[in-house]
Amino acid sequence: MISKFLSGDGPRSRILAGMLAAIFVALALAPFLFPGTRPLDVAARICVFVLLVASYDLLLGYTGIVSFAHTMFFGIGGYGVAIALSKLDVGWSAIALGAAAAVAVSLVLSFLIGLFSLRVKAIFFAMITLAVASFFAILASQLSDITGGEDGITFKVPELLRSRNAAYYMVFGMALALFLALLRAVNSPFGRVLLAIRENDFRAEALGYRTVIYRTLANCLAAVVATLAGALYALWLRYTGPNTTLDFGIMIDILLMVVIGGMGTMYGAVIGATIFVIAQNYLQDAMKAFSEAMKGVPLLPDLFHPDRWLLWLGVLFVLSVYYFPHGIVGQLRARSKR
Amino acid sequence: MVPRGELTMLLGRNGAGKTTALRTIIALWRASAGSIRFESNDIASWQTPTIADLGIAYVPESMGIFAGLTVRENLMLAARRGPPDEARLDWIFRFFPPMKKFWHLPAGLLSGGQKQMLSISRAIVEPRKLVLIDEPTKGLAPAIINNLIEALGELKKTDTTILMVEQNFHAARSLGDSVAVMDAGRIVHSGRMADLAADDALQNRLLGLSLEAHQ
Amino acid sequence: MTPAVVPRTDWIPPALLLAIALGGLALIGNPSTWVTLSVAGLAMGLLIFIMSSGLTLVFGLMDVMNFAHGLFIAVGAYVAASVMKFLSASVDSESFLVNLGALAPAMLAAAAVAGLLGLFFERVIIRPVYGQHLKQILITTGGMIVAEQLIHVLWGPDLLPLPRPATLRGSFLIGDMAIEKFRLVAVVLGLAIFAAMLLLLNRTKIGLLIRAGVENKEMVEAMGYRVRRLFVAVFVAGSALAGLGGALWGMYQESVTVAIGANMMVLIFIVIIIGGLGSVGGCFVGALLVGLVANYVGYLSPKIALGSNILLMVIVLLWRPQGLYPMNKQ
Repeated sequence: MISKFLSGDGPRSRILAGMLAAIFVALALAPFLFPGTRPLDVAARICVFVLLVASYDLLLGYTGIVSFAHTMFFGIGGYGVAIALSKLDVGWSAIALGAAAAVAVSLVLSFLIGLFSLRVKAIFFAMITLAVASFFAILASQLSDITGGEDGITFKVPELLRSRNAAYYMVFGMALALFLALLRAVNSPFGRVLLAIRENDFRAEALGYRTVIYRTLANCLAAVVATLAGALYALWLRYTGPNTTLDFGIMIDILLMVVIGGMGTMYGAVIGATIFVIAQNYLQDAMKAFSEAMKGVPLLPDLFHPDRWLLWLGVLFVLSVYYFPHGIVGQLRARSKR
Repeated sequence: MVPRGELTMLLGRNGAGKTTALRTIIALWRASAGSIRFESNDIASWQTPTIADLGIAYVPESMGIFAGLTVRENLMLAARRGPPDEARLDWIFRFFPPMKKFWHLPAGLLSGGQKQMLSISRAIVEPRKLVLIDEPTKGLAPAIINNLIEALGELKKTDTTILMVEQNFHAARSLGDSVAVMDAGRIVHSGRMADLAADDALQNRLLGLSLEAHQ
Repeated sequence: MTPAVVPRTDWIPPALLLAIALGGLALIGNPSTWVTLSVAGLAMGLLIFIMSSGLTLVFGLMDVMNFAHGLFIAVGAYVAASVMKFLSASVDSESFLVNLGALAPAMLAAAAVAGLLGLFFERVIIRPVYGQHLKQILITTGGMIVAEQLIHVLWGPDLLPLPRPATLRGSFLIGDMAIEKFRLVAVVLGLAIFAAMLLLLNRTKIGLLIRAGVENKEMVEAMGYRVRRLFVAVFVAGSALAGLGGALWGMYQESVTVAIGANMMVLIFIVIIIGGLGSVGGCFVGALLVGLVANYVGYLSPKIALGSNILLMVIVLLWRPQGLYPMNKQ
């Protein structure tokens, strides 16, 4: 039964299943298990980023496309909702309108990008997405009348979402639903074709699958989910700005999460996002303690300074690309096969 | 077995693996099994530049000339042991006059036949031990083909071993001393060219059609 | 600077450059402002050229795109800052020769350290992933993250000042035109480096090998040359140049932050895409275009200045999808 729920794509490893179950329970019961604003905020971020990273896994892990424009779609979702709620009457229709408009824009953009992606080499494509994302970020900070410029937009949310717990469960519920939808998509015939294209696009084309169409569809699907994730994030924070959505640092974070968690597995997004967000919030305290303890030793205190947590994740990332291409999930699955 | 000092023709139907054989010798593609021996070295695992250093030159089907470089620069690059010997250059100019005419012009301006001349000139600008040539006459006008045959005939007079893939029967018969026929990646016949040329039935069996029809 | 299979050197892109310069004059109106902006544009463009030429050659030769290239720029800038700080007495002296005694070591150190880092990078990070484009992009991005953090560790997170040598501060005043001394030096240096590169590429055997290798490296190998070694040499040279460019750029900005490299990367990508991946000449024209456009638009319409270069790239790609001087690869 659970198997059907997960579209037949189970964890395939006891440890992994255990971890996923633990994460699921922790997230589902977060308001009760971890009272307090900060833990709940962490939980909500995990939900949002699991979704965002999963949508990126669809692009990178399943279709084999490296795009640096993913944060752009994340931002479009956030700004869509923010602009709607700040310019129109606060209410569910505003949210719906904002989200719909954002999704529409994302669809168009991702469609165009998708058409472009087949004509050019992967490296060229990656560079272009970098330029496009950067252009969008510039637009967002320059058109301050609409977007609030560097400061972003703070807005009010409808009655129902004013309660932290209610807002949290909306985020959790939507993230869960969309994640399962993605799982369904990658395990469908569509998903299998994507994998075939990733392995050998020439052969896939020869077999009769128009790779342009599939790549474009994957692009669009990933973009739409990212947009919705952005909308959820904005609703949770009640704020959208360039530094919460469009910052290149976030793009890097996504890359780290998807590779360390495990590319092409979907569950990698869950593991990666959880580890990352927790590290972002709690690892720094641990590092600080270690760094203070190491005072006097040359270099070590600086290497373990709490702000340098990204260094270690970066090292883990590089090692993962070389040695563990399927990340933690891949390792766990390989282990359980023995 | 490619006899030293002779010109061996490598024949076979399309897809028989002739180009593959040449490319594998010069290690542009890797052999998955077996060994390749050259003069007393097993070169199957060697790198391409090291193999070329032994004195092996390669003239690919696509000619591989550097379009942005001048004819002169193309030849300078090919002459590894220093500037080309005057006598050699005269030799080249005699058989391939366009080389002199386009000396300082980008090789990309050359016509197909002229590019082929350049490609071969590069291979012979210095003495080589082994020259691998892949379908040099492909797509060329008959007059140019004759030119090529003459030049290669001259080359044979030096102590250079040549292994040539060719579909053109006339060229094959006039130049080949020995012959090897491939099918599906294996050599199915080897022997003297003269014998094969005289035996229509054998030709038919090995190549599907007689060599005559390959014109 | 290998033209595609066209008989004459393609003069349209340089003509375009001239057109933009003149267009700028027309739009700006005031000649002395135009001169100031143009010098600034040329200086910026040439510095970008120095920083990006290595990257485009490396890509043309070995199909490797190093997304961490900005790292060499940053390291160069930081090393220069440290050296200049150490020799601050010489930096502040009013004698040009004494200044040179600080400037030269700073530039050399920047280039040398960046070059060494390049050697390490090629061997450890890039070599294992030749030919695997996906992994290359990921690995070099990851390398950049780690390296940026290491810079933080070694030099701290704060902005470091990178002063110009005393004799190169301020401007020359000609009539009512003010031309910054340092910018002029940057222009001269940039042109000198470009000239040197052209000489190397067109008159030396190594240059010949590089040009041939960009077109068809398989054939070069079949002729007996070790293209691998050539690639390492070009990579190291490109990194050293990036380091030098970073040092000069830091002086242009008069300060250095960790993001100096990353900030340049988008611009550098735009430049090499406009120029045509693999073409040094294209990179030169592209860099000057970007420099001029950035400065003219920055003056005429500051709001769209930041995005103007990306628009420029889109326009160029619509005209020539492979860049100004496309590589004709076999």
